[in-house]
Amino acid sequence: MLSSAFSIANFWKLVRIALFYAAIIALWQLVYKLEIWSPYLFPSPKEVWDALQRNVENGRIWDAVNGSMHRLAIGFTLAFIIGMTIGVATGTMKWVDETLGTLVLGLQSLPSITWLPLAVLWFGLTEKAIVFVVLMGSIFAIAISAGDGVRNIPVLQRRAAQVFGASRWQTIRYVTLPGMLPSMAQGLKLGWSFSWRSLMAGELLFVSAGLGHLLQVGRDLNDMPLVLAVMAVIVAIGLAFDRLFFGQLDSWVGHRWGLRTG
Amino acid sequence: MAPSGVLGPILTLRNVSRRFVSSRQNTTAVQDVSLDIREGEFVCVVGPSGCGKSTLLNLIAGLDKPSSGQLVFDGNPIKGAGADRVVVFQDAALYPWLNVRANVEFGLRIKRVGGKERRRIADRYLEIVNLRQFERALVHELSGGMKQRVQLARALAVEPRMLLMDEPFAALDAQTRDALQAELQEIWQRTGATIFFITHNVREAALLSDRVLVMTPGPGRIKATIPVPLQRPRDPDTHAVVDFAAEIRRELQHDEYTSKAAESGYVI
Repeated sequence: MLSSAFSIANFWKLVRIALFYAAIIALWQLVYKLEIWSPYLFPSPKEVWDALQRNVENGRIWDAVNGSMHRLAIGFTLAFIIGMTIGVATGTMKWVDETLGTLVLGLQSLPSITWLPLAVLWFGLTEKAIVFVVLMGSIFAIAISAGDGVRNIPVLQRRAAQVFGASRWQTIRYVTLPGMLPSMAQGLKLGWSFSWRSLMAGELLFVSAGLGHLLQVGRDLNDMPLVLAVMAVIVAIGLAFDRLFFGQLDSWVGHRWGLRTG
Repeated sequence: MAPSGVLGPILTLRNVSRRFVSSRQNTTAVQDVSLDIREGEFVCVVGPSGCGKSTLLNLIAGLDKPSSGQLVFDGNPIKGAGADRVVVFQDAALYPWLNVRANVEFGLRIKRVGGKERRRIADRYLEIVNLRQFERALVHELSGGMKQRVQLARALAVEPRMLLMDEPFAALDAQTRDALQAELQEIWQRTGATIFFITHNVREAALLSDRVLVMTPGPGRIKATIPVPLQRPRDPDTHAVVDFAAEIRRELQHDEYTSKAAESGYVI
């Protein structure tokens, strides 16, 4: 693994990626120099970089990242636990699927930010409200993919466990939970991205601390470099989760199940 | 020859029927089957697709319940599935998230056998099915024959009183099938397991079994019981086995289901 990471092919891949981003920044600089828009609406890459550096140094970015991650962690963990429970129940029991399953399917079509007014009325302008929005953002996507994951397990795999005398709980633990992983890898990624989006939208609207809130601060101060710097941080965090965590999960599943080509 | 009939039957079926009722049609998959299987006996069931042989196996496994009749295993009525009667399926019954060793240990894990003991037992059965050097391989890396060996080892590891095999070699190529049949003969003689083996390959039945049950569809019933008095170990290419296979096939085709049997692709 390690040796392949430093192979020639990989080297050229990295060069290509670096060139691509260098070209984008160069283009950005060029447009800035042309002064089509006033500099305070269209700052240079350097100004954005400085804003980022300044706000990292004075701790504002870290506080914001911390605040956002904290909410995300609580909301997403709750969504994972509840969503998995709902999914396993709808996947294993037909009558639950016919009742709760259809409700989940319906609620999934609600954009998560539409839960915000309800959350504010219930919880006020508090942490609870935003965590609730994050939770509602991802719970249905997780529940649906968990249900699919259970249904996609080949019948014979469950029957084989039954043959060895597995109890209901043993079957869930040793067959259902691991067997649903391929579908879950997709569902978790989707749920996470929904959570992340609804968190940002929610923070924009009211709560203190958090990246969304910092964006709003930038807007209020007409500080375009700060706005762009925070947007870059949001993109970076999204990308990091996608590649590092969910990418790893995906490739592990691909390896185990032999889904990877080649 | 089979171990002698000194021991009483380990499995008894009395007037067992299984009907499937749906809005479109009612089918009798198994009708009025009575049967005794001795401890240590190797029984093959042959019959065309849809003759109810898999339904019969599921009833014995406890995965399905009869519409009427009694099934008694080792003195007790069969109430559900249990590790004393383990099924080897045709296909796709291994767990892709586990490697070969963990798959073999699966049944032991369900029976809550401790880690050390589990490893020791798995070692033994991996050895028996010649998969010791593949213990870390993943399921998708195995050939069809290796997968069936893993299933066999997984089933044997819990030391069941009876092994129920549902066309276990049907999806394999001829050479692999020959090899596995030979291994199964040897394993059967070594372990003394009672085996209930479903196939639609009459030569396989002649090669492996002490007794062949011939099933016919619509409704599924046992039409004939043929003892196989051939010496063991048997070789699939000897005249004795080939001739006996022909005899089983004659028995199968000797009725109105001839055309159906031909359709479902008999092989000798």
